[in-house]
Amino acid sequence: MNISGLLAQLFAIVMALFLAPLLTGWVGQCRAWLQSRTAPPLLQPYYMLHKLFHKDVVLAHGASSLFRVAPFVVFGCMVLACAIVPTLSTDLPFAPAADTIALVGVFGLARVFISLAAMDIGTSFGSLGGRREMLVGFLAEPALLMVIFTTAMISQSTSVATIVETLAHREFAIYPSLAFAGIAFTFVSLAENARVPVDNPATHLELTMIHEAMILEYSGRHLALIEWAASLKLYAYSCLGLALFFPWGVAAGDSFPAMLAAIPLLLLKLSIGGFLLAVIETVNAKMRIFRAPEFLGTAFLLAVLGLLVRLLLETRV
Amino acid sequence: MPTLLPIDTLLIAVCAWLAVGLAGLVAPRNTRFIAKTLFPAGALVGMLVGFVSLGSLGAAPETAVLAIGLPDLPFHLRLDSLTAIFGVLLGFISVGISIFAAGYFREGEGTAPGLLCLEYHAFLASMLMVLLADDAYAFMVAWESMALASFFLVTTNHQHAEIRRAGYLYLLIAHVGAISILLSFGVMTANSGDYTFSGMRGQHLSSFWASAAYLLALFGFGAKAGLVPVHVWLPEAHPAAPSPVSAMMSGVMLKTAIYGLLRVSFDLLGSPIWWWGVVALGVGLVTALFGVLYSTVQSDMKRLLAYSSIENIGLIAVGIGLTLIFHSYRMEALAALAMTAVLYHCLAHAGFKSLLFLCTGSVLHATKERSLGKLGGLIHRMPWVAWLALAGVIASAGLPPLSGFISEWLLLQAFLFSPGLPHPWLNMIVPVAAALVVLVAALAGFAMVKFYGIIFLGQMREESLKDAHDAGWWERAGLIWLALITLCLGIFPSSVILRIDAATRQLLGTGLSERMADHGWWMLAPISVERASYQPLVFLAVIVASVLLGRQLVHHLYHGRTRRSAAWDCGYFFQGPRAQDTAEGFSQPIRRIFEPMFRLTRHFPTARDTQPYYSVKVEDHFWHWLYLPLARLVGGISGLITLLQGGRIAIYLLYSFITLILLLLVARP
Amino acid sequence: MSGAAISFSGQLINLFASVILLLAFAMLAQRRVMPLINLFALQGATLFLSTVVVAVSTGQHHLYWSAGLTLVLKVIALPLILHRLVRRLYVKWEVESLINIPTIMLVGIGLVIIAFNVALPISQLSDTITRGTLGIALATVMLAFLMMITRTKAIPQVVGFLSMENGLFLAATSATYGMPMVVELGIALDVLVGAIILGVFFFQIRDQFDSLDIRHMERLKDL
Repeated sequence: MNISGLLAQLFAIVMALFLAPLLTGWVGQCRAWLQSRTAPPLLQPYYMLHKLFHKDVVLAHGASSLFRVAPFVVFGCMVLACAIVPTLSTDLPFAPAADTIALVGVFGLARVFISLAAMDIGTSFGSLGGRREMLVGFLAEPALLMVIFTTAMISQSTSVATIVETLAHREFAIYPSLAFAGIAFTFVSLAENARVPVDNPATHLELTMIHEAMILEYSGRHLALIEWAASLKLYAYSCLGLALFFPWGVAAGDSFPAMLAAIPLLLLKLSIGGFLLAVIETVNAKMRIFRAPEFLGTAFLLAVLGLLVRLLLETRV
Repeated sequence: MPTLLPIDTLLIAVCAWLAVGLAGLVAPRNTRFIAKTLFPAGALVGMLVGFVSLGSLGAAPETAVLAIGLPDLPFHLRLDSLTAIFGVLLGFISVGISIFAAGYFREGEGTAPGLLCLEYHAFLASMLMVLLADDAYAFMVAWESMALASFFLVTTNHQHAEIRRAGYLYLLIAHVGAISILLSFGVMTANSGDYTFSGMRGQHLSSFWASAAYLLALFGFGAKAGLVPVHVWLPEAHPAAPSPVSAMMSGVMLKTAIYGLLRVSFDLLGSPIWWWGVVALGVGLVTALFGVLYSTVQSDMKRLLAYSSIENIGLIAVGIGLTLIFHSYRMEALAALAMTAVLYHCLAHAGFKSLLFLCTGSVLHATKERSLGKLGGLIHRMPWVAWLALAGVIASAGLPPLSGFISEWLLLQAFLFSPGLPHPWLNMIVPVAAALVVLVAALAGFAMVKFYGIIFLGQMREESLKDAHDAGWWERAGLIWLALITLCLGIFPSSVILRIDAATRQLLGTGLSERMADHGWWMLAPISVERASYQPLVFLAVIVASVLLGRQLVHHLYHGRTRRSAAWDCGYFFQGPRAQDTAEGFSQPIRRIFEPMFRLTRHFPTARDTQPYYSVKVEDHFWHWLYLPLARLVGGISGLITLLQGGRIAIYLLYSFITLILLLLVARP
Repeated sequence: MSGAAISFSGQLINLFASVILLLAFAMLAQRRVMPLINLFALQGATLFLSTVVVAVSTGQHHLYWSAGLTLVLKVIALPLILHRLVRRLYVKWEVESLINIPTIMLVGIGLVIIAFNVALPISQLSDTITRGTLGIALATVMLAFLMMITRTKAIPQVVGFLSMENGLFLAATSATYGMPMVVELGIALDVLVGAIILGVFFFQIRDQFDSLDIRHMERLKDL
């Protein structure tokens, strides 16, 4: 772990911190265009974060210290996730800190903290959001693991960096299993990032909300951190998806020129991904919360099929 | 002067525990002396056991013969790495529980403190004897003393009928299990008359008899560990017992059953057959899923934890099954990986589950409430217990960077290799089973969020909770000790695995240490860095750094102003404690999605009710489908036997006489 | 061990076979009639593409005929007939399932595992480029069977029956590059005639019971 490696790692984290709200802004803009609305400016998330950081924190009387710590922990988890997922380069010092399974664990930790914080004030919406978040979590994780198993079997590794290196530097081949896993991963990402059709990030005051119900009592810098963390989560998931299914163009070393060269391609991939996300969110309607098991069950089915097809078709020479 | 071998030291520890227990009888009502002197002394002995066992990991096995018991049937004892790893578990976990108990037991609660002290220390001593036993006779004697001691501990508050009932149920299933274990040993001696374990190792059983011995052992030890369908005693006995006893039973005693299962399946029986593993895997999966589903719907905090223990035992059984499968196909490196996961989960579960049970003990003392529906908001009154419980909750939910995650990670890594199995069905079914393991882990997260959120967070659901007080210093010290164990197991996995490796190596002939050694202590990479790696320290460091740095930066660049106000809750006006989720409400999604798994009795309010209420009662299918019919059958048969009862002593003598004559006729040399 | 060892056309065939399997699952889970028929048409189209790829890569000319037959019959003719039937019978209602869908899906996964393992030794005997897809073909047949078992309405049952034929066709292509032309033509004709006769039956059933719910036919037994 040398100095230049650490600097490259730091650079990747800083890039993530700045690109993540941009991605959120881009998705919001595309959504507005697709829905024939006047789009908010691309930098809207930054304005919002800036405004929120300036505001006073208004804490409910019943808030405990856990409530105040949770936004920082959630933010920390997401920073860690962004540091592990190879965005610009595969050879970063933090890459061996966690493989894909541990990455699922990081998201799980953040989820538990935000759910606990939601229950802390003791309001009706808070605990409702908390339990729904945990519900989505336990439905999504088995599907996510099956996706990971499928990709891990192709590259014989669960380390994200190794997966990217194997997939990006091999002869082109069609993997039906990867296609299945990719669709399943998209489903899971939609659920995990509180997107339509499982949740609606734009809704408020609606009995169906999940993520927003949990953070109702947050304000000021705490809310800013949580919103930023949500952006980072979307960014991390997008980059993970790109790394697993479209791994081309990620630099192999930790040299700055190579990483800088990887930026335009990453931006291109992210903007296409963000646009597709906006399309999905536009053509689908939010489903009832108890349809979510079916939705994520489908994701699980796809992932398992991918695994089985992989075992049947692709393991023999 | 002869040197003091580790095995001798452990025997001295057994005697010391018994002596401490007997000392309690000197002044059975002197709570102060017993709590503040004897329990800490017991903790010191536990520390000794822990360190001696730690030291003898990887050392050559030592044996001893004790000339007690029946003539010609001495106790054979043996200290090898498998014993040592469970000795480490017993020793170090008992330290925390004993220290906690020093602050926990008070006057006027059921059994006299002196008697309790004797039972508790006899329980500890008999568990250590179970681990040390090297022949079936010594093993069964220790096993039965363990069951009896724990039975008396469970029925400490014997004035309540339900606690007596729980105790009898426990005793019954413990004995059914013990009979099965005895039969298993009987099969393994194979008529040689040699009841020592070394004799059993020498036997070459046919695959039929080996399978019979394995299945009997699985049933017998499963009954003690809480595998489905012989789990029913566990959710009754754990809540009935005082919290340190629940912690001891859940954290340590269940692991002695796992120890027994490992001893029989890997050490005594030699080469396993592949379907043994499938049986263990299947039973384990069912147990884990059953346990975690029931734990999410409980409304009693100790029952919730008891079911969560069933879940963890299920995961351990899954690991054992996977190890057996790999081992039977001679894939020793992968078997070692799965075995490491099993042993790691034993240690991790012992730590976090006893921590959580002790926390419920503190809550119970502070509030006199066990029902989740009457708790809430205790983080304001009991910050120490609340924050320490958080460590247990995160570990129990299997989340990084604490201990529960490591074993689940190892288990999943082992599952990832299962497509390489040379069996066409297993290599497709076993990987899919991994998804169930993840479902169980994620559901455990749900249960733990419910447990923590409802007890410690939110508004206080009862007025009386305002008077709750935090745990005393003894209790805090015990909790801190166990939380430290949980943290260390989570942060230093490589160092721990290098220690565990001795036991793995003993059972399988190979371990993980060759591949692990050159990566350094901060990195966990059981196969290779390219394959999979995990650095918990980086995890913890990055998260802690971003919490601290984030806080500093935000305060520095912006401000740290905070004001207090009423909660917003979307402007909803009624914000009393009744507006929060109840324990039942929180688990409603689970009941709805997994409805067929539960036996639900519900009352829904109708439009005409003057006092509408909703109630739900969740019961165990097994109880109604298996146990009640079985109980009726046994009742019927014993009813037939009463026909033999004449009441006159002459008739009974006649029975004995007839039996004697029959035996003389049948038994020939 | 890697997919690169399989030729490009082989990969394409595998991909199409996987899509057929996926569509079989989609049909199993589809509650409504119209999308069900469309899914069936899509399955036929994928089968057509797969057969064309096999034909091109192996040079088996009779497979072009099979592919053409598939296109005409299963992608165009039968879906059209079914669409007409649905319109004429006014049965655009929801298809109900006997058991709930997640359970059916889990059973389906179990069937796939069984099919894959049963097909493994058979496909090892074969030396065709497509032998790997035999398991998928078998799974498709089984899933179609499952669909027929779980449905209570007449039209979805017919779709299940037709989808089973898709699976058989795929199995024939993957094991031996298709059945002899005569057999294939015969089957195609059988299916067509079968669908038409069933269509006629539907009208009769509806006239008799005012419904297409085949549970009503349980009454048609000797008492």
